[in-house]
Amino acid sequence: MFDLSFLLEDGYLKLFRDGVLTTLRLFVVSGLLAIVVGVALTTLRALPVKLFKAFVIVVVEYHRNVPVLVQILVWYFGVPQLLPAGLRDWINAGNSEFFFATVALALNAGAFISEDMRSGLRAIPHTQQEAAWSIGLTYLQSFRYIILPQGIRVALPALLNQALLLFKNSSLAMAIGVHELLYRTRQIDNLTFRTFDVFLVATMLYLIGTLALMALSEHFARRRTAPSGV
Amino acid sequence: MYEILHDYLALFLVGSWPNGPLGGVAITLILSALGLVISFPISVLIGLAQVSPWRWMRRVAGIWTRLVRGVPLLMIIFWAYFAVPLLVGAEVSAFATAVCAIIVYESAFLSQIVRAGLEGLPRGQMEAARSNGLSWLQSMRYVQLPQALANMLPSIVNQFVSIIKATSLAYVIGVPELTYSAAQVNTITLTKPLQTFLVLAAFYFVLCFAISRFAGWLERRIARQRAGVA
Repeated sequence: MFDLSFLLEDGYLKLFRDGVLTTLRLFVVSGLLAIVVGVALTTLRALPVKLFKAFVIVVVEYHRNVPVLVQILVWYFGVPQLLPAGLRDWINAGNSEFFFATVALALNAGAFISEDMRSGLRAIPHTQQEAAWSIGLTYLQSFRYIILPQGIRVALPALLNQALLLFKNSSLAMAIGVHELLYRTRQIDNLTFRTFDVFLVATMLYLIGTLALMALSEHFARRRTAPSGV
Repeated sequence: MYEILHDYLALFLVGSWPNGPLGGVAITLILSALGLVISFPISVLIGLAQVSPWRWMRRVAGIWTRLVRGVPLLMIIFWAYFAVPLLVGAEVSAFATAVCAIIVYESAFLSQIVRAGLEGLPRGQMEAARSNGLSWLQSMRYVQLPQALANMLPSIVNQFVSIIKATSLAYVIGVPELTYSAAQVNTITLTKPLQTFLVLAAFYFVLCFAISRFAGWLERRIARQRAGVA
């Protein structure tokens, strides 16, 4: 039923490869940025300053209640209006679609990551902290050696789920013209009219990434709930 | 922002040329409500299959949800809009396509809620029902599902938020929902993209924030009731 031999003609394979590479670049760059954003928001919220806490809550609620596509549109169409002309020209001279899609995706994933990290850290009983202090560790040391490693273990499945969402959300960048996998898929479809074959290949390519992330997240979720054997 | 709201509120809310009698908000809400109402019974069937005593059923339902959850919604919308009409040999409206794609996508996520709700019930419930002579299906129908549904209610309301956000993608195939109205306003005004898309974000924010607050209230209420009973 499916005939994929057309892929070998006219550089369609190269278009697919370009799409996959752009999707991966979008995923990795915005993922790394999202971790930075997530850690920054978590830290800001943990500080005993009410203003910071309110700021983080506003940021998180915005990203939680507005569709990712709309966030991307705000960044791509709206934000350049605020930038000074010099900076705007500099961004437009590069790949501004990729730039703004990365920023929007990173901020969105960062807001969700900060929530996951917060609940991960909250899951560690306060007595752990007290025990660490009572054996003479400083606040930073107890955080670094006792709280953080446990918190990350609790939060890991949720964080991997965020990675999965980010990977899927990267497809929305096509709406502003980033040449990622789904954009290339539509392009190859328009060139070849082999809709089924083209979509099937693209779907498979997405599934390879997402099923791997799902398996990883389930693995860590199982490991945490399994009896420790001690 | 004020001018955008003042001049184009009709397009966002009640609709005008060229979208017909309904505005973006109305179409978004109709799309979301149809999505929830139709995908819920389907998700109950998938959820039941996932906890059923028949291994092949569990396996088929598991593979199906994993596949759907592993593909970006935009990809599913494209399948429905470009590929399925070729198969059926008939034109399908963009609106109907969007509804179908959202049902396929969201029922997979809702079924996870149903499954978790059923698995969260005490094991003895099922055993007691079976020992009273009810069949598996009868125990589900009269004992398990009614209890699980009450527990699930807040999660289902929350999932409605995610459905509303998902409908924003219907913009890509030209359904005149909220995001599409904003894009129209943007092409008319051209000079105020930031204001236009912030108004758009504000519309989604108000809708989604109100619903997720309602879900939180519902959750607290159910918890309180349960504590009162115990």
